[in-house]
Amino acid sequence: MTRRFVMEFERPLVELEDKIAELRTLDLTDKPDLATEIAILAQEIDQLRHETYEHLTPWARVQIARHPDRPKTTEFIEALFTDVIELHGDRLYGDDEAIFAGFGTLSGRRVVILGHRKGKTTKENVRRNFGSPHPEGFRKAMRVMRLADRFGLPIVSFLDTAGAFPGIEAEERGQSLAIAESLAALSQVAVPVVVAGIGEGGSGGALAIGFGDRLIMLENAYYSVISPEACASILYKDSSHAETAAGCLKMTAEDLVGLGIVDEVVPEPFGGAHNEPEAAFVAIGERISAALDELDGQERATLVQRRYERLRAIGVYA
Amino acid sequence: MPIADWFKARESRKYTPASDKSAPAEVPDGVWVKCESCKHIIYEGELVADQRVCRHCGHHFALSAPERIGSLVDEGSFVEKDAGLSPGDPLSFSAAKPYGASLDKAREQSGLNEAIVTGSAAIGGHDVVIGVMDFRFVGASMGSVVGEKVARAFEAALSQRKPLVMVISSGGARMQEGMLSLMQMAKTSAAAARLSDAGVPYISILADPTYGGVTASFPVLADVILAEPGARIGFTGPRIIEQTIRQKLPKGFQTSEFMLEHGMIDSVVPRSELRDTVGLLLEYLSAKGGER
Repeated sequence: MTRRFVMEFERPLVELEDKIAELRTLDLTDKPDLATEIAILAQEIDQLRHETYEHLTPWARVQIARHPDRPKTTEFIEALFTDVIELHGDRLYGDDEAIFAGFGTLSGRRVVILGHRKGKTTKENVRRNFGSPHPEGFRKAMRVMRLADRFGLPIVSFLDTAGAFPGIEAEERGQSLAIAESLAALSQVAVPVVVAGIGEGGSGGALAIGFGDRLIMLENAYYSVISPEACASILYKDSSHAETAAGCLKMTAEDLVGLGIVDEVVPEPFGGAHNEPEAAFVAIGERISAALDELDGQERATLVQRRYERLRAIGVYA
Repeated sequence: MPIADWFKARESRKYTPASDKSAPAEVPDGVWVKCESCKHIIYEGELVADQRVCRHCGHHFALSAPERIGSLVDEGSFVEKDAGLSPGDPLSFSAAKPYGASLDKAREQSGLNEAIVTGSAAIGGHDVVIGVMDFRFVGASMGSVVGEKVARAFEAALSQRKPLVMVISSGGARMQEGMLSLMQMAKTSAAAARLSDAGVPYISILADPTYGGVTASFPVLADVILAEPGARIGFTGPRIIEQTIRQKLPKGFQTSEFMLEHGMIDSVVPRSELRDTVGLLLEYLSAKGGER
C-alpha cells in the first residue's frame, strides 16, 4: 500500500483510520466483542471525518491548497481544453516554465490561457521553481495578453503560486517592473478576462495575472497579500504562528467574497480537490464558461471601463 | 594652551557626546544628530539647511512628507487634497499588535491621517499634481487609503492634464488590510496605465526605502523614474532572499545604483538637484503639451 500524503490538520483522523484498518485485518470469527468495538470505533471515525472536513479552518485550507496531489494548472488545461498550443518565451531573455501561456479551446470557444505552473515531480519543480515566476515569466504572460487583445481572444488565467521568485537574478532583471507592467497591461486588454484561483494565490506574483472581469476561486484555494508564515514571522518573529495569521489575513475564497474581491466560490469534492480531481475540473470548467458567456458581446471599451471601475471600488476607508 | 582656546576646547567637549554606542541618550534630541552612515555628529540646524543630507558623506536621511514638499515644490504653491481620508480596520486585524492601535500611534507620531499626502503644487513654475509618501506612518505601507489617494491623484492629473510627480518610500503592501491592500497594486497600476495612454507626463522619485508591492505597481510605471542616492529599492526584502537562497547578498544589492546599473531607472539624482531636475524634465515632457 502506498502511503498517502497526510496534512497536519487531518493527522488525528488518519491515525485512527490506520488503526481501524489494522484491526480489520484480524480474524474475528470467535471474538464478537471486538467486532462490536470496531463497529463503534468506525462510527466515531465517521463523525470525526465530518467534523474535520466540513468546517475547515483557514489554515487547513492553506494546507489543502498546497497538497502535493492537488490538481495543478497543467491538469486543468489538459482536462478542459482541446487544441492547446503553448507559446514560449518573453522575446527578451528566456522562457520561464513557471508560467504557462498559450492558446486553447474551451467547449468550442477559442481563448488564450495563462497560468502559474507548478510541477508534479521534483525534477519538474526544479525547472519550474515550484511555480514561482521570474520577470521573464511575467513578461511572457504580458506578451501573450497583448496577443489576446490584438486578436480578440478572451483570457482565462489559472492562479497557483506561492509568489514571485525571491532571488538575486529576479531582482536584477526587474521583478517589480515586470509585475507592475503586467498589472498595467492586464488592466487594459480589451477582451474578457476570467481568473480562476485553483490553489495558492501568493501576493504580487499571483496578482500579475490574477485580476480581471470575473474572479472565481475553488473553495480551498487561497489568495493573500502575504503568506501566513511570513506574516507570522513579521508579527510574532516566529513563523509557527502561521495558523493565527491565516485566520487574520482573511485569505479564503469565502472571506474574499465578503470583501468584494471574489465573485464566486466553486465547491470542491469532499476533503479537497485532490480526492476527486475530475469533479473539480468539471466545476471550474462550467463556471469559466458561464463567466465567458456573461461577458460575451460587450464592447471593447466597455470591458476595459468596467474592469477599471471594479478595481476602483476595492478598498475600505472613511 | 592660551586661555581662550582652553575655553573653546571645553565648549566643544561639552557638546561632544561619548562615542560609547550604549549611550545614545547623550546626543540631546533635536540639537545634534549622528549620521546613520558615516557616524559624524551633525548639528541639526545644518542638517535642515542641507535638506537632511549629511555634508560629510552625502547620506540622505528620510524626509517626512511635509519636509519633502518643502524641499521639492515652489514655495507656498502646495494645496492639499483628500487630507481627511482615513483608514478603517476592515479585517478587524488583531494578531500580535491590533491594527487600530498601530494606526493611532502613527497618527499621533506623524500628525497625518495616512501614509501619503497628495495635492497640487508648482515645480519650477510648472503646475503639477503631487503625491508624497511618509515612511513614519506604518512604514508608508499601501492600504485602501493610500491606494485610493494615489488613484485620485492619477485621475486628477488626467482630468486636469497636469503632470504628476510621485515621491515614493514604502515598505510595501499593508498586511493588516489583507487582499484589499494587494488589490491596490492593480488599482494604482490601472490608473497609471490610463494616464500614460492619455500622454500626460508622470515622474516618480524613489527614496529610501521602496519595497514590495508598492515598488511593483505605480512607481515604476512612470515616464521617467528618478532615485535618490543610496536608496534601497527592490521587490523582495533582502532577509527573505537570503533565507531562500541561503547565501549572503552582494554589497550594494538593491540600491539606487544597482537599479541604475541594471537598467531599471533613468537616473540617480542627489536631493539638492531634484527640484531643478524635475523642473527641467517637465519642460521636456510638456514641450508638446502632451496632446495625443
